[in-house]
Order: sequence, then C-alpha cells, then structure tokens
Amino acid sequence: MRTAMIRTGAALAAAGLALLAAPAPAGAAPTPSPGATPVTRAGTSFLTATGVAAGQPVRVDASIGDHLYWSFPASAGERHEITATVSFPKSRTGASTWTVEVFDGLRRRQSCTAGAQTPTVDATAGSVALGCTLRQVRSWAEPWSADPLPGTYYVRLSVPRLAEADLGLPVDVDLLVGADDAGSRDDGDLKAPLVPNTKAGTVLNAEPTAAPAEEETTGFAGWLPDLGSRWIWSTVGGVLAAVAGVVGFALTRRPRRP
Amino acid sequence: MINKRRSTAVLIGLLAATALTGPAPALADEEETPVEPPKVELVLDVSGSMRARDIDGRSRIAVAQQAFNEVVDALPEETQLGIRVLGATYRGKDKKQGCLDTQQIVPVGAVDRTQAKAAVATLRPTGFTPVGLALREAARDLGTGATARRIVLITDGEDTCAPPDPCEVARELAAQGTKLVVDTLGLAPDEKVRRQLLCIAGATGGTYTAAQSAEELTGRIKQLVDRARDTHTAAPTVVGGSAECANAPLLGPGVYSDREAVSEHRWYRVPVRPGQELRASVSVALDRPLNPDHGVLLRATATDGRELVRGVDAGSGRTDVVSAGLRWSATEDPADGASPTPEATAAVPATTVCLVVSNSFALRPGTQTTPGMPVELMIDVVASSPAPAAPDLGRGWVLLVLLTLAGLLTGLVAGLLTRWWVATWREN
Repeated sequence: MRTAMIRTGAALAAAGLALLAAPAPAGAAPTPSPGATPVTRAGTSFLTATGVAAGQPVRVDASIGDHLYWSFPASAGERHEITATVSFPKSRTGASTWTVEVFDGLRRRQSCTAGAQTPTVDATAGSVALGCTLRQVRSWAEPWSADPLPGTYYVRLSVPRLAEADLGLPVDVDLLVGADDAGSRDDGDLKAPLVPNTKAGTVLNAEPTAAPAEEETTGFAGWLPDLGSRWIWSTVGGVLAAVAGVVGFALTRRPRRP
Repeated sequence: MINKRRSTAVLIGLLAATALTGPAPALADEEETPVEPPKVELVLDVSGSMRARDIDGRSRIAVAQQAFNEVVDALPEETQLGIRVLGATYRGKDKKQGCLDTQQIVPVGAVDRTQAKAAVATLRPTGFTPVGLALREAARDLGTGATARRIVLITDGEDTCAPPDPCEVARELAAQGTKLVVDTLGLAPDEKVRRQLLCIAGATGGTYTAAQSAEELTGRIKQLVDRARDTHTAAPTVVGGSAECANAPLLGPGVYSDREAVSEHRWYRVPVRPGQELRASVSVALDRPLNPDHGVLLRATATDGRELVRGVDAGSGRTDVVSAGLRWSATEDPADGASPTPEATAAVPATTVCLVVSNSFALRPGTQTTPGMPVELMIDVVASSPAPAAPDLGRGWVLLVLLTLAGLLTGLVAGLLTRWWVATWREN
C-alpha cells in the first residue's frame, strides 16, 4: 500500500517536473506548418502589406530594388523568427546588401536579437539568406517604452546598397515567419493591441465637447479574476499544498492490519 | 484506502484543471472593403524603337502584344482595366505634333476581352515617345476617387518629348489629391531609360522592373494588375499640417497624407481624453534623390511646448520610407482627491496634444524641393492601459510544484512528529 502511494507521489512529481521543463526556447530554424497555404504576394507599403500567418510560407517573384512588405499578428509571450532567402536567377554586376527589417503596429523599428539581418553578397552569389529573431512579445509596457507589444508586425525586405545597374533584375524571394509561444509571464495587459487604424481619417472642425461618459459594465463577472491570474494560481497552489499535506501525513501512519 | 484513492484523484483533477489555463488575446481586425473597384491602366510605348528585334529574337512590340493578351485573359473579374498607347499613330517628322500622340485604346472599365485584344493586335511601332503627356492623360483616364489607382508604364526608350520631364510629371501627379502609383517596366537594357523609369517609379512609390524576356514581362504585368486588386485600400485623407501648433488641423483617428519639404516642421493636433491613449505613427517617403543618411522625428508636445514623448528613426542607404511612432497616455490626475461623480467625469475636457513631424534629409544638388515629400500620418486614440497593480501572489507551474512539495513535507514531518509523540506518550 505504502509503496503504491510513494509511486503515485513520485509519478506526480515527475509529471510536474516534465511540465516545468516543457517551455524550452527552440533554437532550430522555423519550419512551415503542414497544410499551410503558401502566399505568393507581397505589398509595397505599410498600408498594402500582405498579411501572413506564422508558419505560412511566402514565395514571390520580385525585382531587385522592390521594397516588399508583409504583416503578421503577434500575441503576448510569442517569440518570432523570420527567415528569408533571396535567389538570383541572373548574374549581376556588383555586390549588394540585403536587409530584413521589422516594425511594430506603430511603425517603430524592432530590434533583432539574432540572425543575419543585413548580409552582403558579391556579384557571383546565387542566393542570400536573411534572418531575424525578435524579442519576446510583452503583454504590457509603459507607453514611453519601445518594448514589443501584441498587435500587427510588419516585415520589410529591401536592398539598401547595390550596384545601380542591377536594379530591376528578377529575384525569387522565400520568406517564413515562425512563432514560438513561450507563454507570457508578465502582469498587465494592453487594452487595445497595436493594430493600425487604416481607415481614412476625418479632420475635426472643433474640439469635441463633453466626453461621452463610458460607464464600465462592472457586473458580477467583472469581479471574477481571470483564469490565468495570480489569484487562481495561488489558490490552486494552496489547495494542492493542503492535499499534499494530508497525503504526507497519511504516509507516516502505520498500515492498518485488518 | 478509499480516502487515499480519493485524495490522489483530487490531486490529479486539480493539476488537470490548472493545465487548462492560458492567455488567448484575440486580435480583432475588421477590414472595411472599399466600394470602388480597383482601377489600373496599362500605358504602352509604341514608338519606332519598339520595332527592334532583341527579346528572344522577336520584336519588342510583338512580345508586349503577347503579354497584353495574356494579361487581358487572366484579368480578375472586378478589376477595371484601361489601355493607353503613345507614339502609335503619327508617322511624320514634326516633333511638336508627334509629342501629342497618345490615345486611350481601351477605356478604363469592365474589359471586353475580344475588343481589347483586337485593339492591341492592330498596334504598329510608329512615332515619338511622349511619356510625360501619356502619364498625365492616364491619370485623367483613371479619374479621382477614394481609392488608390495604378498605372503600369511599359517603354523601351527615353522620353523624346521633354519638357515636360516625365519624372516631374509623375511627382506632380503624386502630389495631387488622388493616390497614384506608377509601376514601370523597361524593355531595353539602357542606362538612361533605367534612370528615367526609376525616377518615375520612385516619385510615386511604384516599382521598376527590367523585363528581358516575354515570360518576365507577362509575369510582371500580371503581378502588378493583381497587386492593384490585392492592395486596394482606401486612400488616406489629405491634410495640410501647419507651421505651429496653435492653428494646426485637429485630427480624429485614421490615416492622413501630407507633404513635407526637407527641414520643414509640420504640426497637427489630436484631442485625447483622460483614460485614453494616443498612438501616432508617421512615414516619410523618399521620393527623390537624397543623400544616403536620413532621419525622421515625430514628437508629441503639450500645447505649451513641453515635450511629452518622441519617436525617432534614422538610417542610411536606399529605402522607400522612414517611419517613427509613439504612444502617449495622460498620467493619473494628481489632484484627484475625492472620487469624482459621474457628472464630473462626463465634463472632463480633452487634452490637446500637438504632434510635430520633422526630418533630417539632405537633397542632392539639383533636386527639386517642391512639392514636399509624401508624409503618411496614422492617428489612433484608444483606451489607455494602466500599469498593472498585481497583488503579492504567485503564478506558474513552479509555484504549484513548490507548494505541493512544501505541503507534502509538512504533512510528513507532522505525521512523523505525531507518531513519535504518540509512541512516547504510550510508553510513559
């Protein structure tokens, strides 16, 4: 009996440890998710960026000198890795520098933590590989900070330096956005994700008078903590501790003989 | 026995329940489709030089005709296509008259495929190359409206009719109210042609492609026509920023376009209510030859000139736009002693935030300064996200495991102590 209990306890502990070890950041390059429809288009500005999902491969024919834009949605806790390959079917006259830049929904430049963001290739190279690993998306940040937040992200592929005679030559572009959800550990949340408002604006004639008082709908549901909140985690932890205490106490009892 | 089993089951159940938690923020993204159909016009050069047989052993015009046929066949249903030619009819030597030679052979609208193909088939390389005039006429053909328009210019030779310089024409057209993009295709690997087409494309935010085979030409035109449909968005509202904040235009949420010259400052105002967050982003397009280093600065200031926050970006090298963005929300009112009544909150006036866009570009000598460079301004006012006020509690699997182990250990110690105590008590 007691050995069975100990086994159960050990199994539970092992399961707990396995859960702890699960969210390990993957170092491998992103792979297209099976069954994803490939995208064969690209936008040419922020407003016309083609939307892609994580794991959806992009393959597009373009010309050297084009500025190609894609956008992808990001949520808190995700880490994105972008890989791109530009292949040249024709020979060129000089070296060229390629770049993959990432911007958030407010068109603020995002840093790459790893990856060949601006590789330079010589005239004879057949292709060039680019990469950019982004910071983990935060669930909340001060308005004054530049931390990555949930919302739309833009990827721009362009060639900042090249021999001018090479402009307009054909290239094939392959791009893949990979997402690795490590889970958000931050407190706070962004009330509205950084999704750009792309509607045509309206110029106001006068300062709007009296704000419409938005009365928050605080019913009973408003008081309940979120499922992932600290209140829930801590309560569950307390219950588990109590149960484990009873189990531990029971383990030390002398086995009852019938 | 039964109790023990039950406790194990409870433990497993609790673990399973906690495993189901996880944040899942949904990104609502409502798209408003514009009512206007996408409009695109192909402008084909039919000047004498198109006779040259240098594309896969065929004449340039034959290749272009074949490409047009395939494009017309593959045309998406909703796209309205027009075709304009230049240098197609005048056989004489008079440059003045030859430079007026441009006609629309297929009017912009739902395309009658057979008619369009027949019109293209009759084209014979003939006259001069009035690119500037053709562009101006093409812009007129496409008309004005709320959405962006695209012109695809296919030519093999330099404009022989300047003035007007086609590049200046393109910049002038782009500066007019309607959003117009000119994509260019060069059929001859000639440096002057490339420069001119790059200039036209750059001035309007379009692309340049050197097409050296029939396949490339067809593929590219198809891609551009499809792009006209795919990237068919409502054009931004045109607004004119002023030189100071006091009389700057008051903007609501949305996208605006403006023009800004090098080293100019443009001011705008946005009303932000308490509990709201201002989000602004700006892109300045580099539509003319500039020195390689560039930068753009977007600042938000209070009406008294105090800076609230800034967004900045700079770079070096060839690029299309330089962008910066910022977020700002009013901090909690410090004089918020008593809790305000609903009537009081309703009457709280909006704070006016001034936004100023400035740039640090340097024009190359001989580059025109007017009209200014295109500015795209995006304003949004959303609910602000207050700083998290989390209680001193924990979260995560580590916490659960730790608490469980601590509980288990406490139970064990308590149990052992009880046994020891009971044993000693019995003995005594």
